[in-house]
Amino acid sequence: MKTKSFVIAALGAALASTSALAADMTLVSWGGAYQASQHKAYAEPYMKNNPDVNIIWDESSNEAVAKLRAMNEAGNITWDLVDVVASDAIRLCDEGLAMEVDHDKLLAPAPDGTPASEDFGDLLVSGCYIPQIVYSTTFGYRTDMVGDTPPTDVCAIFDLDKYPGKRSLEKRPINNMEWALLCDGVAKEDIYDVLETEAGQDRAFAKLDSIKDQVIWWSAGADTPQLLADGEVVMGSTYNGRLFSVIEEQNQPVAMLWDAQVFDLDGWIIPAGLPEERLNRVLDFVKFATDTQRLADQAKYISYGPARKSSAPLVSKHAELGIEMGPHMPTDPANAKNTFLYNYEWWADYRDDLDAKFQAWLAK
Amino acid sequence: MSDTIQSGPVLAADGTPLKRSLQRALRRQKMRALLLIAPLLAFILITFILPIGDMLFRSVENEIVSETIPETVDRLADWNPDVSALPDENVFNAFYVDMFLAQEKKEHTRLGTRLNYELTGVSSLFRKTGRRVTRFDTDIYAKQFIALDPAWKDPQTWSALFDVSSNRRALPFTTRSWDRWGNYLRGEGKNPGEEDIEDFLFSALHEDLTRLESTDGVDPLIAAATQAVGGFETVSVRDQFLDIDKDWGRQDVWRIIQVYSPPFTTGYFLNSVDLQLGVDGIKTRSEDQRIYIVLFGRTMFMSLMITFSCLLLGYPVAFLLSNLPLRTSNMLMILVLLPFWTSLLVRTSAWKVLLQQQGVINDVLVWLRIVDDANRLILINNQTGTIIAMTHILLPFMILPLYSVMKTIPPSYVRAAKSLGATDWTAFWRVYFPQSVPGIGAGAILVFILSIGYYITPELVGGTTGVFISNRIAYHISSSLNWGLAAALGSILLILVLALYWVYDKIVGIDNVKLG
Repeated sequence: MKTKSFVIAALGAALASTSALAADMTLVSWGGAYQASQHKAYAEPYMKNNPDVNIIWDESSNEAVAKLRAMNEAGNITWDLVDVVASDAIRLCDEGLAMEVDHDKLLAPAPDGTPASEDFGDLLVSGCYIPQIVYSTTFGYRTDMVGDTPPTDVCAIFDLDKYPGKRSLEKRPINNMEWALLCDGVAKEDIYDVLETEAGQDRAFAKLDSIKDQVIWWSAGADTPQLLADGEVVMGSTYNGRLFSVIEEQNQPVAMLWDAQVFDLDGWIIPAGLPEERLNRVLDFVKFATDTQRLADQAKYISYGPARKSSAPLVSKHAELGIEMGPHMPTDPANAKNTFLYNYEWWADYRDDLDAKFQAWLAK
Repeated sequence: MSDTIQSGPVLAADGTPLKRSLQRALRRQKMRALLLIAPLLAFILITFILPIGDMLFRSVENEIVSETIPETVDRLADWNPDVSALPDENVFNAFYVDMFLAQEKKEHTRLGTRLNYELTGVSSLFRKTGRRVTRFDTDIYAKQFIALDPAWKDPQTWSALFDVSSNRRALPFTTRSWDRWGNYLRGEGKNPGEEDIEDFLFSALHEDLTRLESTDGVDPLIAAATQAVGGFETVSVRDQFLDIDKDWGRQDVWRIIQVYSPPFTTGYFLNSVDLQLGVDGIKTRSEDQRIYIVLFGRTMFMSLMITFSCLLLGYPVAFLLSNLPLRTSNMLMILVLLPFWTSLLVRTSAWKVLLQQQGVINDVLVWLRIVDDANRLILINNQTGTIIAMTHILLPFMILPLYSVMKTIPPSYVRAAKSLGATDWTAFWRVYFPQSVPGIGAGAILVFILSIGYYITPELVGGTTGVFISNRIAYHISSSLNWGLAAALGSILLILVLALYWVYDKIVGIDNVKLG
């Protein structure tokens, strides 16, 4: 009897908790391991504290800008919070599709009281952007295919004599043009000045021409890890977190080449024009999910560096593998000896032009 | 019957002429039929035809320029670049007002992006200008007007002045600017009568007053200002712009704004056939940027190849299926349908594993010593990869129509041909094959049209030479956000398909297509 009434009560409670005004909040992210890390580090603890909020994930970050623009034109914004890379955040902010945020007012300060804007520092590249992590596009190589001299220099990708075999590069001009000029002897600080000129662009393409028939061009982040694991390529570029999982989780004979890694950011934007009730809910979540501890927690599940300076000392061990995550962060001093920050504004101007040239070059 | 001979129309039972009564009954039936399909018709119209029409319309639409900077567009129309190298001061004055309002509404970067498609560098020029346009040194106008009469400082004065039509007529430019400013503020939920008067309004007022000839009927405040304005210290708005960026002194920047002023443009369509409407008319794009013609050609070629290989592989399979006993053919039919139940991405990824250089097929060939280990075949990340993977994916669309047509061909015809002395081949080629042509027609058209719009599979296995025009369309929709160009490319693709369909109808005859 007792158990029966208990079951009924429990059922009732369960029904009540699911139906009782659990408000949905739609977060947009990239899917895969990255979204899983966000779910574990931010969403799960938040829902535990706030049982009245139900977080739903939408894996649309890839085309977030286009979809947000379409939603805005239709006057029906169905997303509450969107995860995008920095260049997309700048575009969304420019177009008025993302809400401007006052970082100090809306975000939690660091544990020592440093205001959020200082804690994030230079990473606040746009007034609408709340960065979460720093990732990098960098190279991985097969340890069993490079002989006794593993590459330490990014220019190894252009060295077919020393490292014969195919390499994989992303099917877009961004990053590739910069690496090509860097390896053609242009100083790091002059790259964009050179790339602005017709002659400089030709120079970059000429450098890429030297390896063109040995390149497999990728468009999905999972391509290079798969190509490396299958031994299709000797080295290839991809996001550092993808390489981490090939190396540490799948134990493939692959190693990282951190030289000239290109930093980029990933973070939240709040769509402009949310109704007040939804906005308040999102702001509450954002404040929680971007505080120092939460950003550090995310690094337990994926090897991306937290965007807050105050989170760095709190980064601990991987949740399942139990290895220390610090040395796997792109921002770790040993890895970040030679880094490259790509120029958002420059690419906003030259993207269309260079992309047309790049595609024409590829098709040749 | 024979004794009731009638003249005149045949009458129905109720006395109305039979013809009319029949027509009425038929009309009622037609109406009922229309009502029955009305929901579907409305559904298709609303969810299919209208959105597509709207999307295609974007390929010619260009209102963003004239809506964002209307005053500038208006004044720029009179500028002749052969006479003066740069537009004169009053264009800059208009541009100042337009830019100020555009950056308040956050529309200037969108316009910059639009113009950047035509002239590289405009995007950052607009963004930079938007940041600085609120800090122009034009406050000397405000200071002088307020020094003349402190009432100018009060937004209520402005509200009252621009409610009177004689004042509005006397100061047309300021009136338009004031109205736009007011509309913007009201849209933000603010009251224009309470917000500070911005510098750009004083700059517009100054321009209007210097031009004002008669002060009859205008407010004394304006009349007094008209007297004083001749002695005002002035500032060149043009210099302010040049100060932000010397690119505002570039003729081609202004020419591109002028060329792209009209509300409709052929620019996107020209771009999609590797031409460009630039500052000096239509030109072919430089060779290192030409891509779309090549891609259209490649899309056609590969789609035809895929259709052909589907036919080559599908015909024998359909023939076998339709000639086996029902039990066996049903079993085999499941194998044909099986790929339909597997995700497209899974099938495509499976081809990667099979076709890559360290993949299954190459491994087997090397093991059989057919291929040397150093020269493994390149079967993926090129056209071959796309054709193989897409043939596999689209094969059922060829087999099914073929099968359903072949099923209806009576086997007795072939037997009759053979009994009359035809060889196997003659009986097939002269008797069986012609009857299966409607199936080929249906299958070919299905596969061709489906393949022409594919983009996921080519993106994954096509490398650089195996991608379609649809990959570029997808890129412009979701990454570069150049929806106008995507719409133009899509329209051309649609027109190409319709044209091919027409040719097909002329050659094969669309009555000759049967799905079963």
